[in-house]
Amino acid sequence: MKRLAFATLGFALSATTAMAAGHCAGGKTLTEGKLTIATGNPAYYPWVLDDDPASGNGFEAAVAYALAGEMGFDAADVVWVRSSFDEAIQPGVKNFDINMQQFSITPERDEIVDFSTPYYYAPMAVLLSGNAQADATLDGLKDLVWGAVGSHTSTPMLTGTIQPNTDPLLYGDNADVTAAMQAGQIDAALFDLPTALYLSAVVVEGSSILGQFSADRATNPDQFGVLMEEGNAIKACVDEALAVLGDSGSLAAIEAEWLQETTGVPVIE
Amino acid sequence: MTTPNGGAPTRRQLYEAKLKRRALLIAGGSSLAVFAAIVLLVPMAPGWAKVKKSFFNWDVFTKTFPKLLDAFLIDIAIFAWCAPLIAIVGLLVALARDVRSPALFPLRIIGAAYTDIFRGVPVILTVYLIGFGIPGLGLPRPYNSPYIWGSLALILTYSAYVAEIFRSGIDSVHKSQRAASESLGLSDRDTMWFVILPQAIRHVIPAQMNMFIALQKDVALLSFIGPVEIFRQAGVQKSLLANFTPYVGAALIFLAITVPATRYADYLMNKQNKARS
Amino acid sequence: MAMLSLQNVVKRFGDNTVCDGIDLDVEEGQMVCLIGASGAGKSTLLRCINLLEPIEDGAIYLGGEDISIPGLDPQPVRKRIGIVFQSYNLFPHMTALENAMLAPRRVYGQSREVLRPQIEELFDKFGLADRMHHYPDQLSGGQQQRVAIVRALAMKPDVMLFDEITAALDPQLVGEVLAVLHLLKASGMTMVLATHEMDFAREAADKVCFLKDGHIIEEGPPEVVFEAPTKAETREFLARVL
Repeated sequence: MKRLAFATLGFALSATTAMAAGHCAGGKTLTEGKLTIATGNPAYYPWVLDDDPASGNGFEAAVAYALAGEMGFDAADVVWVRSSFDEAIQPGVKNFDINMQQFSITPERDEIVDFSTPYYYAPMAVLLSGNAQADATLDGLKDLVWGAVGSHTSTPMLTGTIQPNTDPLLYGDNADVTAAMQAGQIDAALFDLPTALYLSAVVVEGSSILGQFSADRATNPDQFGVLMEEGNAIKACVDEALAVLGDSGSLAAIEAEWLQETTGVPVIE
Repeated sequence: MTTPNGGAPTRRQLYEAKLKRRALLIAGGSSLAVFAAIVLLVPMAPGWAKVKKSFFNWDVFTKTFPKLLDAFLIDIAIFAWCAPLIAIVGLLVALARDVRSPALFPLRIIGAAYTDIFRGVPVILTVYLIGFGIPGLGLPRPYNSPYIWGSLALILTYSAYVAEIFRSGIDSVHKSQRAASESLGLSDRDTMWFVILPQAIRHVIPAQMNMFIALQKDVALLSFIGPVEIFRQAGVQKSLLANFTPYVGAALIFLAITVPATRYADYLMNKQNKARS
Repeated sequence: MAMLSLQNVVKRFGDNTVCDGIDLDVEEGQMVCLIGASGAGKSTLLRCINLLEPIEDGAIYLGGEDISIPGLDPQPVRKRIGIVFQSYNLFPHMTALENAMLAPRRVYGQSREVLRPQIEELFDKFGLADRMHHYPDQLSGGQQQRVAIVRALAMKPDVMLFDEITAALDPQLVGEVLAVLHLLKASGMTMVLATHEMDFAREAADKVCFLKDGHIIEEGPPEVVFEAPTKAETREFLARVL
């Protein structure tokens, strides 16, 4: 209730100061002069390092600050909140202006919420358990026991493209997928490539990246977009800022800094 | 309406019939008013259009409902193999807690510890710890299946509750029954098996039915360790379509099972209470 | 030698002495009636004989054999001594016939086929032939009590104990149960009854014992105890109940 009251208050105040700030987002944020950004709870490496988005370390944290800067906010004016996927898509008042946690843009989701233009093209990659072996071909993948996060776009990819012979097991989050892999219950799991690289290197001992899917697969690559409440006026500002960041090469530089290892992963035929 | 003498209704009967008509009218009228208020007022809420689109979306419902029904078969299967095992383990634990021989005293301690521990831990934690933990010890496939260990977690938890209910049933059999049985020369074991238990089980059937209704719902917790049963399938559809309607569909499927079962358990309970009074 | 012999039997519940040194001999085929006010110790004495309650002191002999040795397995004794309770205590989940067959099946290992004709005969004898397949809650109190007697007799005991078996019955049902006792006496059964049915005791008992406060105050043939009691307490009691 309190938040709602503040938001209303902020909105009322902004009516007089709108446009006075001279930049696009003026009067369009929850709190005037602040940009409230949501991330996951917890936020995962390499998107946010050490679950501390305010550090600006990690790809999404860095993009968030670049985006805020481009939209005319100081780093000090960025407010971080946590949200789940469900909170992001439920109807009603949101507690964030923009939400960044590797949300894949899909037409169905776009009907309920708004997405910015993509800020990252994430190829899907196969994390293979140390106890399993497979060829990096579509046929070679069918005999594996698969796992994935049920709420990710990897799930339709699994059932639609790979079509494994054993029903895949689906989990609530990345941590449960890796727990199942460590328990020997699944051979392989689908993640976006940066996540897969991190899990392979740090979390699941003995695991490896079997390969990534090439860009011509129907649902691949995933496009990560900034999520906003449906009809939010700030969308235009976000898109505009992202376009500037893209054109100036800033996005590519951030990607190179935080997601540099993604090159050189073999492609699954 | 029957009259004892088969003739015209008595004054009393006429009066009661009038009362009954009035009560029916009032009950019907007030129910209608409440129902109408909900139907008319809720859509007037400012967010209703959005809520309707997100939770009561007919297109999404028709698209996902068959998949949910499919996934519900897994819930039914898990329930079907867990329920009898829970009944057996629960009964054994209840009996273990009632043994009198001093040599079997450890059995009593273990039985008590068992019920304390598994009733004290949230089911979801048990599902996680056993479902991921025991296979993590290095069991080979298929013995590390989440179906096996997740089911075990449900069986352990629910047996603890069911055991306590059985015990209360055993206590509810009057001790004169034990005396009658012993006076006939029946052994302790025969007394328990042929005299006490059949009565005890009868007494607790409604309570046990309520446990099994709760189990039917908690089967969904296995989704946390992998099986794509109805709750997970609803979650997948929710994420794909960014819409909560699949959850409403799943809730309807659960209700279709649990409401008749709950009504039936209540009916049995009432019948039993009447028989006792 | 007496079929059943009690020597200085003492039973206490905590500080409350319920049986205080009871001596009693029951000869084979004899019917002994215990009379006295409620709380005199009649029921407890019967439960002690059946080993449902351990005794503090004294001894109980069945056919000359001490059955009150502490630690003795009570089961072999109980199958030789039947008891019928005031509240019937039939097993409610079994038919009358199953009630009667359970103990001989389990204890003697007899098959249903062997048992059934014998037990049907008992039901027949006590006027229950058409009630064999009824459950207890489908029977009247008098019928239930007769089934309880059949159930005890099915074990072919040497001695039968009856603990105020007509006390819970409606008056018009008492007669049918007492008729069964007459039949049993005629068949030579050794019986001990705790009872308030003074007319029955006077007419059918071989020996009557008057109990008060855990003691046998007076015992003897009914015509002596009822018509010419020697003790003041007995006269006082009889004056109240007759």
